[in-house]
Amino acid sequence: MAIYDTRRRRSKFYIGLCFASVAIGLGWLAIILGTLLFEGFRNISPAVFTQMTPPPGSEGGLKNAIIGSLIMTVLGVAIGTPLGMLAGTYMAEYGRHSKLTIVVRFINDILLSAPSIIVGLFIYEVMVVKMGHFSALAGAMALAVIVVPVVVRTTEDMLLLVPDPLREAASALGLPRAIVIGKVAYRAARAGLITGVLLAIARISGETAPLLFTALNNQFFSTNLNAPMSSLPAVIFQFALSPYKEWQQLAWTGALLITLAVLVLSVTARVLQMGKPGK
Amino acid sequence: MTGMNDVTNLGQGRVAAEAGTMAGVEVSNLEQKVSIRDLKFYYGDSLALKSISLPLCAHKVTAFIGPSGCGKSTLLRVLNRMYDLYPNQRAEGEVILDGVNILRPEQDLNLLRARVGMVFQKPTPFPMSIHDNVAFGIKLYQKLPKAELRDRVEAALMQAALWGEVKDKLNASGLSLSGGQQQRLCIARTVALQPEVILLDEPCSALDPISTAKIEETIDELKENYTIAIVTHNLQQAARVSELTAFMYLGELIEFGVTAQIFTSPEKKQTQNYITGRFG
Repeated sequence: MAIYDTRRRRSKFYIGLCFASVAIGLGWLAIILGTLLFEGFRNISPAVFTQMTPPPGSEGGLKNAIIGSLIMTVLGVAIGTPLGMLAGTYMAEYGRHSKLTIVVRFINDILLSAPSIIVGLFIYEVMVVKMGHFSALAGAMALAVIVVPVVVRTTEDMLLLVPDPLREAASALGLPRAIVIGKVAYRAARAGLITGVLLAIARISGETAPLLFTALNNQFFSTNLNAPMSSLPAVIFQFALSPYKEWQQLAWTGALLITLAVLVLSVTARVLQMGKPGK
Repeated sequence: MTGMNDVTNLGQGRVAAEAGTMAGVEVSNLEQKVSIRDLKFYYGDSLALKSISLPLCAHKVTAFIGPSGCGKSTLLRVLNRMYDLYPNQRAEGEVILDGVNILRPEQDLNLLRARVGMVFQKPTPFPMSIHDNVAFGIKLYQKLPKAELRDRVEAALMQAALWGEVKDKLNASGLSLSGGQQQRLCIARTVALQPEVILLDEPCSALDPISTAKIEETIDELKENYTIAIVTHNLQQAARVSELTAFMYLGELIEFGVTAQIFTSPEKKQTQNYITGRFG
């Protein structure tokens, strides 16, 4: 029985370690979220959504930053999603056996994990320097560059989950390849494809680095794509580092808004994916 | 004369008369819908079909039997050029459908597949409603008014013996049906296009006996209008549904002839061994 007892003790010890690890992981998350909720909600008011970012020492809101973030995120997704979808479709459907696909997948994986500040610098070089000024368009392009690899990856993965017999069955009816993909494969993978886009939105809605070099920031309300534009991450970055109480407070509120948005997107994505992956 | 000798004469467009009779009908008098001549098939470098020659006769059910890996499904997938979806698979020889070699490179595959329908081993309903599953293929080739489309869908579901079970829930998802119903939905989807030849690749292997019986009834009715080829591991099924049977082994056609004869007095020892369950 000695061996058995030893084994039991060892099992308890390791299970204890597992629980401790989980507690440490979740503990930090709880503290971060708790602080964020507490600080963020303390000062949330309609003014946050209706007023502009204030000069130091006065009250204000985040309207220009919220609108700016929405515009650039939507634009970034609008530019990046079709590119990513088409590339992912090529890889999973047309070029499944080609060398090009292997190369593209490898490069895409690198792009997927590339530090976003490098994406920002790249767009700075190719757009901001050429145009001579910062602009919302450059910001959206930087975000699009981040969207593309996420969407490529999920599109390819989700289409590969669609069983081949389904494609064969569609082809056996005499459907052209494009219709097999568009009407059958896409439909079967729909939940996964939408999830990919939602995750991409979640990913870029908190990006700061690529925007600092491209859209910069703007303390005034602007919808001009050819001019600097405010965004929540950039405002948080600027306000959180400032010595002014009101600014710091707005930074907390902004952080809360982004977190909630990302949370909603992630939960939606998870729910969609639970529904039926690739069925 | 043996079945093998019969099939070497196919160049003349007739099955040799020696193949036997079927309810008093000479096989040689049957109209040939498809004629497979000296067909070889390769997966990469490996030869999967070794010079197969046989006909598919119009309005008859031809069963392909043989142990796993003998090339039955491969042969079926040549007849609608399904293999074209994959690189490294190629066929040599001729498959003549109504006088035209469908293996020629300029063959339009979509039109071919609309004429030669296929039902697969596993039911594969599309992720859409029952109605749309059937209407999908029709809409691609014909612009029909809504009412007429509904009629076509109904007719197809009737032919597949599914109408009674689904007529009140045509908008339900095709995936909500049972396995047997899904398979009959796939048959309905195929006949909706009004093909000329229907290929059935072990259509009942995933189904229970009751669903199997329904599908066999369906096959029996379908042969009025179509030429049918069925691959099956179930010898009783082959005996029940087919008029002609081809026994294949290791990529070769061992014997081809009238079903009754193949099952009662096969010419070849291998056929006899397989049918009596001694191997395979």
